[in-house]
Amino acid sequence: MKRAFLLLATMLASPATAQTVAITGGTVAIGDGSAPVEGGTVVIANGRVLAAGRGVAVPAGAQVIDATGKWVSAGVVSALSDISLVDADGVQESNDAGARNSPFKAAIDVSLGVNPAAVKVANERLGGVTRAIVTPSAEGSIFAGQGAVIDLGADPDAVTRPRAFQFVELGESGGKLAGGSRPAAYALLRDAFAQAQDFRRNPAAFDGRSRDALVTRSDADALLRVLDGQVPLLVHVERAADIRNVLALTRDYPKLKLVLVGVTEGWLVARDIAAAKVPVIAAALADLPANFENLAATESNVGRLRAAGVPVGLASTGASGGDHVLRQFAGNLVAIARVPGATGLDWGQAFASITSAPAEAIGMGGEIGSLRAGRRADVVIWDGDPLELSSVPVATWIDGVSQPMRSRQSELRDRYLTPVEGALPKAYERR
Amino acid sequence: MNSDRARRVLLSAALIALPLSACATTADKPATATKKAPPVRYAHDPYPSTYHPYPGAPTLVRNVTIFDGEGGRIDGGAVLFADGKVVAVGQTLDAPAGATVIDGQGKFVTPGIVDIHSHLGDYPTPSVQAHSDGNEATGPITADVWAEHSVWPQDPGFGRALANGGVTTLQILPGSANLMGGRSVVLKNVYARTMQAMKFPGAPYGLKMACGENPKRVYGSKNREPSTRMGNVAVDRQTWAKAATYKRKWDKYEAEGGDQPERDIGMDTLRGVLSGEIMVQNHCYRADEMAIVLDMAKEFGYKVTAFHHAVEAYKIADLLKASGTCAAVWADWYGFKMESYDGIGENLAILDHAGACAMIHSDDENGIQRLNQEVAKALSSARHSGIQISDAAAWKWLSIGPAKALGIDAQTGSLKPGKMADVVLWNGNPFSVYTRPEKVWVDGAMLYDATDPKRRPVSDFELGQPGSGDVK
Repeated sequence: MKRAFLLLATMLASPATAQTVAITGGTVAIGDGSAPVEGGTVVIANGRVLAAGRGVAVPAGAQVIDATGKWVSAGVVSALSDISLVDADGVQESNDAGARNSPFKAAIDVSLGVNPAAVKVANERLGGVTRAIVTPSAEGSIFAGQGAVIDLGADPDAVTRPRAFQFVELGESGGKLAGGSRPAAYALLRDAFAQAQDFRRNPAAFDGRSRDALVTRSDADALLRVLDGQVPLLVHVERAADIRNVLALTRDYPKLKLVLVGVTEGWLVARDIAAAKVPVIAAALADLPANFENLAATESNVGRLRAAGVPVGLASTGASGGDHVLRQFAGNLVAIARVPGATGLDWGQAFASITSAPAEAIGMGGEIGSLRAGRRADVVIWDGDPLELSSVPVATWIDGVSQPMRSRQSELRDRYLTPVEGALPKAYERR
Repeated sequence: MNSDRARRVLLSAALIALPLSACATTADKPATATKKAPPVRYAHDPYPSTYHPYPGAPTLVRNVTIFDGEGGRIDGGAVLFADGKVVAVGQTLDAPAGATVIDGQGKFVTPGIVDIHSHLGDYPTPSVQAHSDGNEATGPITADVWAEHSVWPQDPGFGRALANGGVTTLQILPGSANLMGGRSVVLKNVYARTMQAMKFPGAPYGLKMACGENPKRVYGSKNREPSTRMGNVAVDRQTWAKAATYKRKWDKYEAEGGDQPERDIGMDTLRGVLSGEIMVQNHCYRADEMAIVLDMAKEFGYKVTAFHHAVEAYKIADLLKASGTCAAVWADWYGFKMESYDGIGENLAILDHAGACAMIHSDDENGIQRLNQEVAKALSSARHSGIQISDAAAWKWLSIGPAKALGIDAQTGSLKPGKMADVVLWNGNPFSVYTRPEKVWVDGAMLYDATDPKRRPVSDFELGQPGSGDVK
């Protein structure tokens, strides 16, 4: 029912996206790991990218936008975001990211908490973020529930893909949630998987409704999608030993599509992760032994993983400055390439780590995260290098739709550029 | 808890002492009733700094772009320091015999960064419960606690702030659970075996105060005052009223002698504030609340040196300017709680433009590693909103501004002859995301060098652990 409604909404939205736009003359950053090219052209039509790069022809009848002296890039994809789920994290009443007291766990579907009108959506869109991998936070169980992929467009139709992945905690916090230890978390995981398989074999005989049921019927249903590899399983772990344990899960559950999240000590086991062909979503700059599971933390983690052949996307978790700081994180990974002994990323890889890499990690690289032909037309024109702190977006399209360049933050700024009151109180000042 | 115990001990000592002095005065009563015992002053610095600058070579860094920290800029300039002090800053300087000469083609030199708001040492990593030493959250008024007594000098965060952030001085504050959280301490960012050996010589103490959501949440949840914003102000006012009495008694005693008033460790701190010796560093987000705090300061005759986390300072830049109160802010943090809901990236710009005192701060073990980048973001917001501020002027937000608000601007915070040689050589423009510190000197001693693995601190905690000695 809900899926049918979303489909309908997408179709209704499509007339506005039909326009063909050619953005010419700018430095084009595709987002697929390639280096930016000067004097490129990006063509979008019907909400999709037609072509991007150097030597791309401008179709007849296209609206041409001159971006000479500017940069044109794929929009930023924020991984592990709580955007649209919370108004203010610390204000419990406004926070739908976690559900400490729910009897449901893996079944929780955050797409139903998505609020496209949340103030942060427009604020962060003005920072160049066009999509977000919205992730539930695990509070009542090691299973946080099913995350969604959304766009940050100024329209009511935000959900790109509901129930896009399952999120589970298996490191230190997983141990805490499971009753006090990591082994307890693994026991819980395996038993939940076993119960999901019981449910498949004989749904009628499956309990799942009594008060002390560990797995409800809808949880079991959600876990079967994970076991069958229909959706990726994002697993949060930090310590090298935990990473090895998670990689070993595929021996018993061969169809699991694992994505490692956090992974501060990943560089110590980079070869194992690469051999398992498991993508990673990591914090860019975690360099402190924040806990006993991050003792080997270094800013070189992402660079070393990448050098070993592991695809790495960056996470926005813990960024009090909002999801737009992802580009600052990526820029720093370019900066450390100049520090002797450190390993960073080149510019193309760094930009991919906040665009195509997170999209590909959750199996959506064919839809979002780059300006390769056929992808959804999420395009940002910047007044400079998008990873540089001095740059801001000057125009943005999401699904090919031109976006307003205003937000509540810009309204506040304009109201208080002159702090003193005029003839009337500030409450009467509007643009 | 501790103060209660201390008070009981002092009280019983006073009870024993009292009859003796009463006896003595009775005997002399008719003749010399005015003869009083001479006053005994208590120590204002009982845990004194034992910091000493590490040895450095006379050093000339030339052919660099210099931000002097007070708004000045020299292109293709040179900085000379020796014996721990800045000797000269200029266009061209001669190298004294034997000096180390560094050619800084394409690079920048700035004063070391001063972070006015850090909890390193008090909330060190690993962030386990056993390390949670920043909030004495057992009562809304804990003016008796001193942050320096919680500092763990081995916190790995100090080294990161030095090597990645170019931070040479930082103020460690107690947390914001309490209305009066206790005394701060200012540290040089140099690993040491003891806290005293990190302590910035002669830096005044600060009193950490907090308004808003934190105190009312912490104590409201314990079902005691304050549980509201009005409760916050009520408890503050009651405490200041007591402090005024305490100060009067001690001032009189120290001037005239006689019976020594009862010591109260917390009240010592408040007395220090009322006499202008201790600076108030006030955690406060909302514009309307800051205005109330300014009135409260007027009511009791103290000064708020700086509001920290002043997310809504941009709404009252004129009030802050008029009261001479600074705002220490983040570049772009917002929306993580109700009182940060109105955060905007132009906060610093609007304050600066209105002529109010403003600066950046971190309050974060990660953010402290990139304060230059936080200022770069604030600068970008300024320029995109039509407020023109030069790079050199923006460096004031990172060094001389916080140094003034800590009362140490005569010693550090800018590259002026005679000041501490707290200096950073950056491998590019420090407002670019692609730039990193290359060398950091504290009092002229090179304590970080990106090109030399031996000039990279490894704290005791990290020694022998996975990743020890690696670039971080």
